[in-house]
Amino acid sequence: MPFERVLMKHVGVPNSTSLAVYQADGGYTGAARALRMKPDELVELVKQANLRGRGGAGFPAGLKWSFLPKDRKITYLCVNADESEPPTFCNRVLIDHDPHMLLEGILIAGYATRTTVAYIYLRGEFMEQFHVLQRALDEAYAAGYFGRNILGSGYDLECYIHRGAGAYICGEETGLIESLEGKRGWPRIKPPFPAVEGLFRQPTVVNNVETLACLPHLLTRGLEWWLGLGTANSKGPKMYCISGPVNRPGCYEAPLGITCRELIYGDDFGGGMRGGKKVKAVFPGGLSMGVLRGDLFPRAPAGTIDPRQDYDELDCVLDFDDVRKYDLLGLGTAAAVVVPEDADMRDVLVNVARFYALESCGQCTHCREGTTWMYKIAQRMRAGAGRLLDLDLLVEISQNMGMMPGMSICGLPDGAAWPVRTAVQKFRREFERRIAEQEPEAARRWTREVNRAAYELPVLQGRETTYVGGTFYQPP
Amino acid sequence: MSWRTIDRRTVAEEDLGPGLSTAAEDKIRAFLPRYPTKRAALLPALHIAQDAVGYVSLRAMRQIAELLELPPAAVMDVVSFYTHFWTHPKGRKTIVLCRSLTCELMGGGAVLAALEARLGIREHQTTPDGEYSLMTEECLAACEHAPCMLINEKLHKCVRVEDLDRILAEPANDKLDVARSNLFDAPTSDRRAP
Ligand SMILES: Cc1cc2nc3c(=O)[nH]c(=O)nc-3n(C[C@H](O)[C@H](O)[C@H](O)COP(=O)(O)O)c2cc1C
Ligand code: SF4
Repeated sequence: MPFERVLMKHVGVPNSTSLAVYQADGGYTGAARALRMKPDELVELVKQANLRGRGGAGFPAGLKWSFLPKDRKITYLCVNADESEPPTFCNRVLIDHDPHMLLEGILIAGYATRTTVAYIYLRGEFMEQFHVLQRALDEAYAAGYFGRNILGSGYDLECYIHRGAGAYICGEETGLIESLEGKRGWPRIKPPFPAVEGLFRQPTVVNNVETLACLPHLLTRGLEWWLGLGTANSKGPKMYCISGPVNRPGCYEAPLGITCRELIYGDDFGGGMRGGKKVKAVFPGGLSMGVLRGDLFPRAPAGTIDPRQDYDELDCVLDFDDVRKYDLLGLGTAAAVVVPEDADMRDVLVNVARFYALESCGQCTHCREGTTWMYKIAQRMRAGAGRLLDLDLLVEISQNMGMMPGMSICGLPDGAAWPVRTAVQKFRREFERRIAEQEPEAARRWTREVNRAAYELPVLQGRETTYVGGTFYQPP
Repeated sequence: MSWRTIDRRTVAEEDLGPGLSTAAEDKIRAFLPRYPTKRAALLPALHIAQDAVGYVSLRAMRQIAELLELPPAAVMDVVSFYTHFWTHPKGRKTIVLCRSLTCELMGGGAVLAALEARLGIREHQTTPDGEYSLMTEECLAACEHAPCMLINEKLHKCVRVEDLDRILAEPANDKLDVARSNLFDAPTSDRRAP
């Protein structure tokens, strides 16, 4: 049976942002059904559906909701619409075409968690989306879907849109909470987790736009339909984004578990590469999740997966589990960007490293300095002054920052380490070749010119070094 | 995203810049009932100030601090964190070009170079006639239309170097084509950068 689009079913429908069109297609019946259930039954349903968060971490939404303290008086729901992970745009597509689906999801999630006020944290650059969403919200208020005694159930919910102002880190849940409170978007140390003490020091749920937009369909179509979609541990529909030099860049909906090759070459998806080029690399889940090798590399022998060998990795299944076999951090946002064969990986590395260096909020030393250091090294390599040692240095830095080695407050440096480390490890041959092609002595001249302290001290400090063929050697 | 320190006692009256009108202050007050604390209305207040004054001037920061019962330093602390807010005058229209990976792969670098050449300014500068300011931002979340460019509120998609003349010549190149809600006004465009 062909898959029927649900999240994107109104894309292309004229006037799809209006309440009338949404209602004509069964809109808000899911919410009406939810309001007849008990909140705890709803949480149980979402738990059984194993609805995993679409915002990046993939944490089951039902489980998150059940962490809320039982005796709470006030609960806040924060909707994470701060979509800033390059190259993700599925939340934007959803808000552009179907704002009421999100609002219905908010109503359902709000009722399940007994939320009193919901805030939609919309990123600052979404100007058009703000007005679309605000008008949809006004319409929903007027129709009685928000406010007091919603649909006669006795449940009250207020919903406001809060505009951000251009900071990636405000997508991190505690950064978002701080920003909503009118402060710098500095993530908080966890625990306490937001479910216990979050916004205005009250229990708070933070969920992504797409996670919430799934809820109306789960209610109207039922658990069985939901569990029939996807792979073992990843259930439900997902919006996949594909961008870069493919024939049909865009956002496409599919059940969780298509392969990366399908996403790039499938006729229903990316439609192949422009000009018949080959894929050198692809970042399949947003930049932070790391990189896969493309079909420029030979195919692996059937049945083997070994990220240490230079094989084509496009057969990676984009669900929450399979990606880890390819040394990726996770599924992330399932937004892929394709790097064509004629691009220089040094440029890619500079672009990626710059993003994290500029977006680190600066609270934690390892993150602030590590991301900047990686950016400087990447820039130096691009300028034609790389050293072989830099490749090992990049790997070493990336393994010593982030939450996993326990060096930071939030997950941004993990997201910075992964693409840099996987790019260096998986494309090492290319980097080595570029360094070998450099003008001799370039590395040494450059290191003298630029900030010595930043480049030399941490590795070469106080030790005698000799310099041969682009690399510094230290006596043992 | 770094701190900027200013000794408030030594700032001359004329360097404080323009302030907020009572209409703008009322708009800010309308946001207060949404949140349990006054401070939470700071981001909406700064948006309103930037749209009304053109940037977040020191005088506007003081007024907002008074409205929200905060120390002025707390307001500046927040202003300096977010890249959307300008603390110095900018042009009538701000061009924000995306510099993230997809846009760069699709030719964003050439668009930036062409823009700089055409306007005769570099990033974070304003043209002498006060018309355009230029900056780059991380991903604008419209990667299927790369390269993207935001002029004030309007997103221009799939921008090619050849299109720049046409886009810049269009007088309404910064206006939204969707119906607005009246919570936030469009940035004023009748002011000039000094
Ligand atoms: C640095 C960083 C940036 C993030 N940015 C976003 C974002 O832009 N949008 C989003 O939905 N989640 C983002 N997240 C994930 C959130 O912290 C959180 O996991 C998510 O909003 C939870 O919602 P979900 O369970 O529905 O996925 C980010 C996380 C980190 C560490
Ligand atoms: S890890 Fe980085 S982004 Fe996260 S809180 Fe620390 S400094 Fe900020």
